[in-house]
Amino acid sequence: MIWQIELIILIIVMILAVGALSVKDLLGAAILFGAYSFMMCLLWAIMGAVDVAFTEASVGAGVSTVLFVAAVFRTSRRTED
Amino acid sequence: MKNAALLLVVILGGVLIYGSLEFPIWGDPLSPACCHVSPYYIEKAVEDTAVPNLVTAVLADYRGYDTMFETIVIFAAGMGCVFLLRTFQTKETGSRLYRHIPTGITIKIEKKGRFPEDSQVFERIDSHWVPHDLIVKTTCRLIIPFIQIFALYVIAHGHHSPGGGFQGGVILGAAMIIYSIAFNLRAAKRRMNERATVILSTLGVFIYAGIGVICMLFGLNYLDYSALAGLFGVDPVMARSHGILIVEIGVGIAVMAVMVTLYYNLASAGKHDEGL
Amino acid sequence: MEPFLDVLISKANYWTYIFLMMIGLYGIMTKKNMVKKIIGMNILQTAVILFFISLGAKENATIPIIEHGHDGAQSAVTVAHYINPLPHVLMLTAIVVAVATLGVALALVIRIHQKYHTLEENEIIEMIREP
Repeated sequence: MIWQIELIILIIVMILAVGALSVKDLLGAAILFGAYSFMMCLLWAIMGAVDVAFTEASVGAGVSTVLFVAAVFRTSRRTED
Repeated sequence: MKNAALLLVVILGGVLIYGSLEFPIWGDPLSPACCHVSPYYIEKAVEDTAVPNLVTAVLADYRGYDTMFETIVIFAAGMGCVFLLRTFQTKETGSRLYRHIPTGITIKIEKKGRFPEDSQVFERIDSHWVPHDLIVKTTCRLIIPFIQIFALYVIAHGHHSPGGGFQGGVILGAAMIIYSIAFNLRAAKRRMNERATVILSTLGVFIYAGIGVICMLFGLNYLDYSALAGLFGVDPVMARSHGILIVEIGVGIAVMAVMVTLYYNLASAGKHDEGL
Repeated sequence: MEPFLDVLISKANYWTYIFLMMIGLYGIMTKKNMVKKIIGMNILQTAVILFFISLGAKENATIPIIEHGHDGAQSAVTVAHYINPLPHVLMLTAIVVAVATLGVALALVIRIHQKYHTLEENEIIEMIREP
């Protein structure tokens, strides 16, 4: 649709994806992954896929982030990688 | 290892980029993806099923088999999580933490000793207890009914607006999860215990498969909803619309139960005694 | 130079989707932590879904919900007015499968941590190797 907004959101998505894989704190990685899911949802809403954006907003930025935080809470939080 | 992985990724990316040179221009109305089956869906969905939301109509009616197996996949994921993690502790070896309310002292009782449930001075706490937070608890208590009503609206209005069974089911599950986070896991288990989640998830799958069997009993194909016209007393087009609604309700129930099961088992690592 | 620029402008968004997929694949292969591998798997899955959704877009077309007038009558349905609903349907199933595999993968991670008390792959392999 409006290619300027799409370009900005694509750049943010790539920065968030690289960031979620690089930080050393697993809780930060889970939160960055939640933000990545939300930006993907916005991208799909711009492209006109409203059902898919609704699903990704509820699943990715909602339940998936909570499950990640629960798993990080039950295991260790730091990593050297 | 990292250099080999980087080389492989660059080569694979190069091959894919070379393949993408043949793709149609972005947004072309005559691209091959838009020319074969989807014009039929766009033109005929409303007169076949009386459902304006094309995605719901295709998902639950024209491609109903895929959605049934998707429901079975999510049910299998919930069951897999239960089989992997769930441990039943014998009550004799568990130790509990209690807190004396007037003075704030925490005591730990081993080997099956416990105080009565309604004791006025001793309350049972988790190992990472925080004090009673008024804002979080009041906000959650006020907002959870509205979340559930919105989820039911999303399921029921999936014919005319974006939404449907799966989205509404996830939001219902999220309402139960936020209750469990704000209060205790044990308080949430009093509202919806383990037996209820298992029964609800199987009930959802049964509703979906059962509608197909009912359609077959009336003489038509499996999951051909126009067979329900005799059951409801409407013409076949409206019967397909009602069949889509029933199937979406089944998917919503199954998805809600599986989301709650996943949270219970992951947050307590299978033991179901304390949560996040 | 000119044809290269034409190709670049028209196909650049496909290249960004492929770049995102490669980030996810690199994360799965290279990272030693289990949770980072799972995050890489999910990045790969959502990038593939993004690629499929972009195939269904059309210019000057609206969302795939048939509009109707105020008196309930349907206006004429032209195919070029609505975007393609078929990739959306397939990708809804893909998102459901992604969250299902995420749940089982995180259950496996918690189980591994209960047995070996670490989540780094090289440490786990050393613990398995020594007698």
